[in-house]
Amino acid sequence: MTDKIRVLVAKPGLDGHDRGAKVIACALRDAGMEVIYTGLHQTPEMIVNAALEEDVDVVGLSILSGAHMTIFPAVLKMLKSKGMKNVLLTGGGIIPEDDMPKLKNLGIGCLFTPGAPTTEIIDYIKTEVTKRKKSKK
Amino acid sequence: MNDKTVIAKPETKSTPTPQKVVYTSADIPGFDYQRDLGAPGKFPYTRGVYPDMYRGQLWTMRQFSGFGTAKDTNKRYKFLLAHGQTGLSVAFDFPTLYGRDSDDTMAKGEVGRCGVAIASLENMETLFSGIPLDKVSTSMTINGPSAVLLAFYIAVGEKQGVPSTQLRGTIQNDILKEYIAQKSWIFPPKPSMRIITDILAFCADHVPKWNTISISGYHIREAGSTAVQELAFTLADGFAYVEAGIAAGMDVDKFAPRLSFFFNSHLDFFEEIAKYRAARRIWSKRMRDKYKAKDQRSYLMRFHTQTAGCTLTAQQPENNIVRTAYQGLSAVLGGTQSLHTNSMDETLALPTEHAVRIALRTQQIIAYESGVTNTIDPLGGSYYVEALTNKMEAAAEEYFKKIDSFGGVIPAIEQGFFQREIASSAYQYQKEIEAKKRIIIGINEFVEDTPPDIELLKISTKVEHDQNQGLKKLRRRRDNAKVKKCLEAIKAAARGTDNLMPKILEAAKCYTTLGEIINTLKKVFGEYKEPPIFW
Repeated sequence: MTDKIRVLVAKPGLDGHDRGAKVIACALRDAGMEVIYTGLHQTPEMIVNAALEEDVDVVGLSILSGAHMTIFPAVLKMLKSKGMKNVLLTGGGIIPEDDMPKLKNLGIGCLFTPGAPTTEIIDYIKTEVTKRKKSKK
Repeated sequence: MNDKTVIAKPETKSTPTPQKVVYTSADIPGFDYQRDLGAPGKFPYTRGVYPDMYRGQLWTMRQFSGFGTAKDTNKRYKFLLAHGQTGLSVAFDFPTLYGRDSDDTMAKGEVGRCGVAIASLENMETLFSGIPLDKVSTSMTINGPSAVLLAFYIAVGEKQGVPSTQLRGTIQNDILKEYIAQKSWIFPPKPSMRIITDILAFCADHVPKWNTISISGYHIREAGSTAVQELAFTLADGFAYVEAGIAAGMDVDKFAPRLSFFFNSHLDFFEEIAKYRAARRIWSKRMRDKYKAKDQRSYLMRFHTQTAGCTLTAQQPENNIVRTAYQGLSAVLGGTQSLHTNSMDETLALPTEHAVRIALRTQQIIAYESGVTNTIDPLGGSYYVEALTNKMEAAAEEYFKKIDSFGGVIPAIEQGFFQREIASSAYQYQKEIEAKKRIIIGINEFVEDTPPDIELLKISTKVEHDQNQGLKKLRRRRDNAKVKKCLEAIKAAARGTDNLMPKILEAAKCYTTLGEIINTLKKVFGEYKEPPIFW
């Protein structure tokens, strides 16, 4: 096992818009992380099982479909129930500003909307994962 | 201007070659008017498909819309028609795009969110209630389950007393693009192509005014391709459909006149205009010289344009009105037959009435105030535009060779060629923005910290509940024995070679749901699965 941050990039639901997910996957890889991309049409269960199998530090969901208020909480709940309390759940897509605090209150990490520079996302993940790894020790 | 904002013209992958400071006659050596341009409405149609273009008729103003239930969307259609929209364009939600009923487990959380939920003829009747189908043309963005939605539309027409021969409109029905970019597929490529050739044959006989495929570069571009890739991949898909039709035993002139195209209008103003001009020229040459079409109408590349959703910024969203106006203008200068201008809020949500009205007014200002409709192809003969058109054509031809080396479009899809090319361009584009090789206002320059403050459309969770209740009641009310019989007939046709369309139409009329029809076909055809590749 290396010290590399392991990230699962996932596209939940029926939405096929995978440009953002793929761009982020490339950027995280170029920033030195181990990236696992699930491909399309994942259910929360499939995502959480992949996260467990791949032993990731981060799950990043890309959602444009408007189903974020259903999918983010479902994935978070399932991560917790499988004992992955330390895994950072983050993501982005078309997510209205109003919904962000609601998701944050549930324990979901920062969410990024179109136009966010990949460097900002990389920095956020690095900081957050380091924090979580320290608290684990 | 502060010193950070000196804008260097970048040498990006999206332009075929570095752009020169000035263009002269030396950039179009051997230019021949008849051979390279031709008059509007004449081969090779570089200057436009019709001799009179907008002097005869303006483009169709067609805002792509759909949200919530069929009732919500019907109200929006009436609003748009009342404000001067001239054609309808249906945006379906994800469950519908995948041929799933609204109460399918995968539909949870997505019903009516990204478009309207249509699971049965009953929903379709509500969608077009009070809208006479002999008076409007309707474009439907539907691919995997296109045969079923077309059947719903024909059935609504019949109920309104409009025979299918009078129906005008388009189904997108471009499954190759789905594998390449948009990813709303259902079946594997081969059975998908068989459904499409069934539609081509059925419509030629029964729905002759219908555009049977809208071969779409729009989504290829939205997925991150360059202009050249959009041009080349879209036309390559078009050739693949023509070849499939010919292989199915049809005369090319029987179906080719009903093929239409759909392009994106992105930020680089002149590059986009050159793209449309090159597309017309490539298509007409191929149709005449390679596919031996005789009917002039087979040579015409008619196209719809949508301004680029992916260029809209969540930051300073009002700027999107300006972006859309320039993109709309380049589509008109490029000779589009139909146009959708995006609304400023679409990077955040589906558009409000306020935002979509501004977007529609933008088209109307181009049409009625700007004067650009008075003269056909006003940029024709410009050294720069002609040189760029030539270069786009040559670069597309290079891609056609590459695609041929894979053995055609389907093997290239199966080997992930298009997907990799597009993903690579999308990442390149993002890197250019972050390195400030491309300036995007509000993103990497002239940035403001204030969050966007505009009204957004909200879709109630009640939509999903109401839609599913309605579906439950429908399943109780209809003649279920008849539904079963219709589904068996579909299965038998799918296993054999009978045209599927009449069977699907029969099933639609007795209120068989979209999901029931598609699931029956899945049992015979199977489902497509994409390997998860991001690079």
